[in-house]
Amino acid sequence: MTRAQLQGRLDLDRDTYEAMVAHARSDFPYEVCGLLAGTDGQVRKHYVIPNAARSMTFYQMDAKALLGAMNDMDDHDWDLMAIYHSHTHTEAFPSPTDVELAFYPEAVYLIVSLQDADAPALRGFDIVDSKVTERILYVGGEEAPVGKR
Amino acid sequence: MSIEVRVPTILRKHTGGEKKVDGEGQTLRELVDDLELSNPGLGGALVDEDGRLHRFINIYVNDEDVRFLGGIETPLEDGDSVSILPAVAGG
Repeated sequence: MTRAQLQGRLDLDRDTYEAMVAHARSDFPYEVCGLLAGTDGQVRKHYVIPNAARSMTFYQMDAKALLGAMNDMDDHDWDLMAIYHSHTHTEAFPSPTDVELAFYPEAVYLIVSLQDADAPALRGFDIVDSKVTERILYVGGEEAPVGKR
Repeated sequence: MSIEVRVPTILRKHTGGEKKVDGEGQTLRELVDDLELSNPGLGGALVDEDGRLHRFINIYVNDEDVRFLGGIETPLEDGDSVSILPAVAGG
């Protein structure tokens, strides 16, 4: 398992976690993507965004759906809390492409891995100026499953 | 003429932290040049080496993706609202 310096934590509720995993499974083997809007450390809304690339190894959020979600967040005064996508065959760690295309330093980058189909893994990262640090993730108060060690 | 431009967090280093700036231009190309003059670095971030709109930046005029309008030649009118959203992408 690839490691990164640990810095900070992120707490997610169980419903959001299960919704992200279900979303990842729903279009397997293609990568899926979505956004979490939040305030005060709570998820306010989960946006499923179409992967315009519809690829097993790449994702790019549909531009129109992305704008719709960002405008909705603005209308409600919510913050962009997290950007998530799935890795269908690799571990839940940012790929070089993930790092290169991380243009939202204010968001946590969550990755759901379906590498082990029976045991999905979820990890979260801050990617700022190409530097990756990892958050300790909690789902419903318990440590999130991070995959094989 | 005044066009309101919404700037994403990652580009606010070119606007002194401002999330909205005003610009001018009859086309998106002119607006980009104008933004570069008033906020050095901002216009340049929107185009690639060939002067075309950057593949991983989404630009919208009145909530319409400019890829479906005229690209960098999209005509603009006074009072238009332009939003810049970097692509959310990866592998």
